Amino acid sequence: MRNQLGKTISLGHGSGGKLSHELTGNLFVRYFNNEILAPQTDSAIVKVNRENLAFTTDSFVVDPLFFPGGDIGKLAVCGTVNDLAVSGAIPLFMSASFIIEEGFGMDQLETIVKSMAEESRMAGIKIVAGDTKVVDHGQCDKLFINTTGIGVIDPERIHISTGANIRYGDKIIVNGTVGDHGVAILSARESLSFESKLETDCACLNHLIADVLKKTDKIRFMRDATRGGLATVLCELAADKSFGIELDEVGIPVKEGVKGMCEIFGFDPLYMANEGKAVIVVAVEAAGDVVSLLRKDPIGKNCSVIGEIVEDHPGQVVLKTEIGGKRIVDMLAGEQLPRIC
Amino acid sequence: MKYIDEYRDKALAEKIAREIDRSSTGPLSFMEVCGGHTMAVRKFGIPSLLPDRIRLLSGPGCPVCVSSNRFIDRSVALSRRDDVIITSFGDLIRVPGSSSSLEKEKAKGADIRVVYSVLDALRVAKDNPLKRIVFLGIGFETTAPTSAAAIRKAFEQKMNNFFLLSAHKIMPPAMEALADEGVKLNGYIAPGHVSTITGTGIYKNIPEKYGLGCVISGFEPVDLLQSIYMLVKQCEENNPKVEIQYKRAVKEDGNRKALQLLQEVFVLADDWWRGLGVLKNSGLQLRETYEQFNAFTMIDVDVEETKEPKGCICGEILKGLKNPKDCKLFSAVCNPSLPVGACMVSNEGACNAWYRYNR
Repeated sequence: MRNQLGKTISLGHGSGGKLSHELTGNLFVRYFNNEILAPQTDSAIVKVNRENLAFTTDSFVVDPLFFPGGDIGKLAVCGTVNDLAVSGAIPLFMSASFIIEEGFGMDQLETIVKSMAEESRMAGIKIVAGDTKVVDHGQCDKLFINTTGIGVIDPERIHISTGANIRYGDKIIVNGTVGDHGVAILSARESLSFESKLETDCACLNHLIADVLKKTDKIRFMRDATRGGLATVLCELAADKSFGIELDEVGIPVKEGVKGMCEIFGFDPLYMANEGKAVIVVAVEAAGDVVSLLRKDPIGKNCSVIGEIVEDHPGQVVLKTEIGGKRIVDMLAGEQLPRIC
Repeated sequence: MKYIDEYRDKALAEKIAREIDRSSTGPLSFMEVCGGHTMAVRKFGIPSLLPDRIRLLSGPGCPVCVSSNRFIDRSVALSRRDDVIITSFGDLIRVPGSSSSLEKEKAKGADIRVVYSVLDALRVAKDNPLKRIVFLGIGFETTAPTSAAAIRKAFEQKMNNFFLLSAHKIMPPAMEALADEGVKLNGYIAPGHVSTITGTGIYKNIPEKYGLGCVISGFEPVDLLQSIYMLVKQCEENNPKVEIQYKRAVKEDGNRKALQLLQEVFVLADDWWRGLGVLKNSGLQLRETYEQFNAFTMIDVDVEETKEPKGCICGEILKGLKNPKDCKLFSAVCNPSLPVGACMVSNEGACNAWYRYNR
């Protein structure tokens, strides 16, 4: 097993792509082994008394702490809320733990905490527990945040996080342009003397998703496309399944600025991180309704049908390229950009 | 995106593909020499648009891929010195050497920094006057002028802590070596960016001596399809020659200023290529005037004995003799997460492109 994982941890193990999956599967899931962890969904679905709860955790190590359109605090709240929301749950409570480097500015910390407070109020989730640790200068980089989140989930919606009800012909929708967060971070990095006006898409999706779930019971799967981007989510979805995924490159919304930055740096927008994008698989007959509903919301107005579930090439994601060629889409291998969230 | 979308036009791409189908009679194999071309070919799914009788082979034009193990081993040895900061393009860091890689040394604490340009490396040197900053110079005629410019700048500013470990190479010797080895080819899709610097003259020998056409191509799918079409026409008319498809960037005599800079700073030397061995006058090393910046001679290190990875057929792949799927290590043992050979590491490597887009 160790051979398979390599001898040391590399940045690729935190990329959300292939290496992360191998590490999670071959180490964590292997040793923690239980039926709730096994499906590796965005939130664990646990039953307490007669209530179904969605339970999630996340850590935030983004560099820099402040970037166009957001900061680590907003990211921490949105990331946690979205993991619950895409599982079909209503987010209720969260915790926030801070690991802070000695010497970190109190003003900056307050700005971040205020931003968390504001974002959580808007999302309707309460931050009800927390912890603070301070480490010597140089022993962590400025500030790391860890969160947990809890929500309640209707038993009818438990299938959403695993995609157990997916059928051939289902449509795949994304609620807006992909790659915005990755490019916002890229452009904010000090080492890049590159300025762009692109902002992160960091946003809580729970209200939007609640509207969609109210409108239709034909949602077959949802996941937020964070690290590893759209491609990784779809590869995870198709892996070891009896269906394939066909994507249409022309349908995938990407901002011009994001395309441009990706061209320059040799990145692929399909693998660039998002922090406010849900991939939604919906029955073909409900796809039109979902699209028109999403379009009414500012964080869904650029939504698009990007592909469908097919019988061909089971387990694989195939992209119809903009020039009409075909190629496979694989999980992110290695690391595109470390410390993106 | 303006100036890009025009070259990704579906109707036009399909039209050229039909023309290629109509005008080609027999089986033809063309080599896309440049790693950037390999990537675009796979990313846009170009082979799926071509008739089966037209084969595209990936060539030795991925700078990371052709950098030899001994170059990686020396970089690793340099990175182990406490007084050295290594600056490098990202891909190179993951290339396995004989027993380690820069990535592994970084995890153990070596100061290795990814830069996007050699100018960033100069900045690191200025910010760290007590350290010796080594820039790992890889790439062909396209990137070598930027290293040359950095050396000039370091010289003018009398910097004494900036060094270049040059693995810069020039393209034509490798293309001639392949033809000499008898690789079955009908023409080259030649690297567009190399010729923005060098112009067309460097390929003169190839049609004359080897009867192989060279079409200097852009990097968008319509560029590549048009280049393939031009090569098909040359083959069908039995008229191999050097042609420019990438006219919006390439002039016949290239970029004189960049060429002058290359001349001034570098001198041709024999160099190691992964898979091809030592090619005469194929590498660019610093001239004596700039010896003080030469990391090979100015910083003493013990470099381990070079060992090539077992079972890896990168060499044959770089020569177009085999394709990545012929390699026993492909996918199961060697993949972008745990690469064995350099062709799996680089974004522009043939194995990486096949793995990502073609498996």
